[in-house]
Amino acid sequence: MKIAVSATESTLSTPIDSRFGRAKQFLIVDTDSNALAVLPNTQNLNAAQGAGIQAAQNVVNAGVQAVITGNCGPKAFRVLKAAGIAIYHCSDRSAGDAIKAILSGTLQPAESANAESHWS
Amino acid sequence: MVQTDPFVLAVASGKGGTGKTTLSVALAQVAGAPLYDCDVEEPNAHLFVRPQWQDKQDVTRRVPLIETELCTGCGACTELCQFNALIIVGHKAMVFEELCHSCGGCRRVCPTQAIHETDVTIGSVSLGLSAKLTLVQGCMAIGQVMAPPLIRATRNYHHNVPPAKLAILDCPPGTSCPMITAVRGSDFVLLVTEPTPFGLNDLQLAVETVRQLQLPFAVAINRADSGDRRVHDYCQREGIEVVIEIPELRHVAEAYSRGETLLEALPQQRQLLQNWLHQLCPGGLA
Amino acid sequence: MKELVIISGKGGTGKTSLTAAFCHLAKQAVFADCDVDAADLHLILNPDIRRSETFVSGHEARIRPQDCTGCGTCRELCAFEAVAPATAPEGREIFHIDPFACEGCKVCVQFCPQQAIDFSPAECGQWYRSETRFGSMVHARLHIGAENSGKLVSLVREQARLVAQEQAANWLLVDGPPGIGCPVIASITGATAVLIVTEPTLSGQHDFERVAQLCRHFGIPAFLCVNKWDINPEQSETLSRCATENDVTVLGRIPYDPVFTTAQLQVQAVTEYAANETAKAIRQLWRQLQQQLASQPDQGKRPKGD
Repeated sequence: MKIAVSATESTLSTPIDSRFGRAKQFLIVDTDSNALAVLPNTQNLNAAQGAGIQAAQNVVNAGVQAVITGNCGPKAFRVLKAAGIAIYHCSDRSAGDAIKAILSGTLQPAESANAESHWS
Repeated sequence: MVQTDPFVLAVASGKGGTGKTTLSVALAQVAGAPLYDCDVEEPNAHLFVRPQWQDKQDVTRRVPLIETELCTGCGACTELCQFNALIIVGHKAMVFEELCHSCGGCRRVCPTQAIHETDVTIGSVSLGLSAKLTLVQGCMAIGQVMAPPLIRATRNYHHNVPPAKLAILDCPPGTSCPMITAVRGSDFVLLVTEPTPFGLNDLQLAVETVRQLQLPFAVAINRADSGDRRVHDYCQREGIEVVIEIPELRHVAEAYSRGETLLEALPQQRQLLQNWLHQLCPGGLA
Repeated sequence: MKELVIISGKGGTGKTSLTAAFCHLAKQAVFADCDVDAADLHLILNPDIRRSETFVSGHEARIRPQDCTGCGTCRELCAFEAVAPATAPEGREIFHIDPFACEGCKVCVQFCPQQAIDFSPAECGQWYRSETRFGSMVHARLHIGAENSGKLVSLVREQARLVAQEQAANWLLVDGPPGIGCPVIASITGATAVLIVTEPTLSGQHDFERVAQLCRHFGIPAFLCVNKWDINPEQSETLSRCATENDVTVLGRIPYDPVFTTAQLQVQAVTEYAANETAKAIRQLWRQLQQQLASQPDQGKRPKGD
């Protein structure tokens, strides 16, 4: 399974970036091969509008099946859902620990967005 | 307001908190003219008018609706859309209404006619009556960001507004889109300011704006004796008429804090406002 | 580094004057004026502009008169009433786009049968990096009629953060925009805390509730300062109660005092100009804020909620 984690640094021990649309980057982890790739999110950091949507689309294009992030707004949530991606809300541990929690089934996918829309 | 084509006086300011609403309400009271609260993000005139609401109409705008069976996910719409309001996910277009500016481009460019239009509510326009005043208020729904279409709807509302020769618009502050939408097409703009460096700076921006829009205008100075003469000097230098000056009085500030109107706090202002309105728009006073 | 954003909901409550006083009082601070539509902080801080950049956002449609045949397709399709008749130099009836009304949707460009409409990036403002007597400052000016989508606000904040990081500053003080729309959201997301400056009036109360809700939405600790509290003590009480109900911590209040205007006329912060009760109240407020924020984690040391 390929998983995208919003992260502040490029290693698995880094804390999860609680922002989705304006996350610094996404770590793309292939849990079968243990391959780790970094998907930068820099252009979105400065986008005034639709940052969540663009980030979601980038993540969809990366071909992941799951996303781990702290807060996911309704617009990004809609995009990820439409693409059949499971969303896990989590911000209290490292990226690596969150992936382990998904694989062991202790972290459940979210039913809905947990952040308010930015009205933008 | 279209049916009798009244003289439209827009009351605006570069800076917020200069007394734009206070003055708009007083002018409407003096003239017996309908007041249009176009400051749709923070409509506050009703706090002073305290009207009985008579009528409320939702204001909508058109946004795209995708007929998924027809959508091939070709991306023509996403390529045209300048506002990131459409994306393709799973080979189908998806719409984000909040970002849409209702330009209609996606519907026209779609090669399979998969895009229709639907209405979303962006706010409401309400009609309120108090003993002597008609208030038309635009109010943006929380979570909406497109003020201009709602401002246009507020300005153009005329259902059950008694015919009048003069109409007063309370405009949004600033010099960006919402302010321009409100003052455009008015017959005269009254710019409200304060005699302070902040007031002067923001007045200069507002003057530049109305000059570019080629609208006739004059200045009102609120708390006229609180600062210095720089605003007066600027107006004189630029050949701008200062038509109204309201003194700085603590009891006026106190009255305002309780939601009392300027005319209640300073009854002697009535005659001054009346004289100016009479000059501006002879026959405009009810 | 701690980032404090000062907002007010309604304009004219003394937000910028208070921000200027904090700029005076804060040690090792960087300042950002995010009220890009009616920027005033520079009138007190008197910045020396060191760098000026153009802010480009969106596009603007412009008809080339020589290529326009006057068919009117653009006028028919424009949803913003931005197309008006014009006369070409040689007397032909053509069309013209009003840059104030154009929203840059590209529909006319796309459908013009002659492809006679240019679509170039729109210059929407300027932003500046400056030095002041209190520290470095980032500020901006939005062009007249430009859309204040929050993008310039985000840019100013981002640049100010970079400056603050370079200087290892203790504080980033942000003068926020009025209202509750996009610019405000762009100025507060991810900040350490927000100070809401309100006056005890019905309008002030009305707008306070809206900004307090906004802060709660984004989970940003919010504090209230009532300015001119004594013009309506009763309303000030109501405001404080309302603040508590909205999880906003009530800090000091400041009396109605013409010194705000006098200091402004002297191009000085209130605390710089005066040592009276009002100035003391502001110093006290700043101490309270420092204490309150001491327990908040520093920027950059935790993932920011956004």
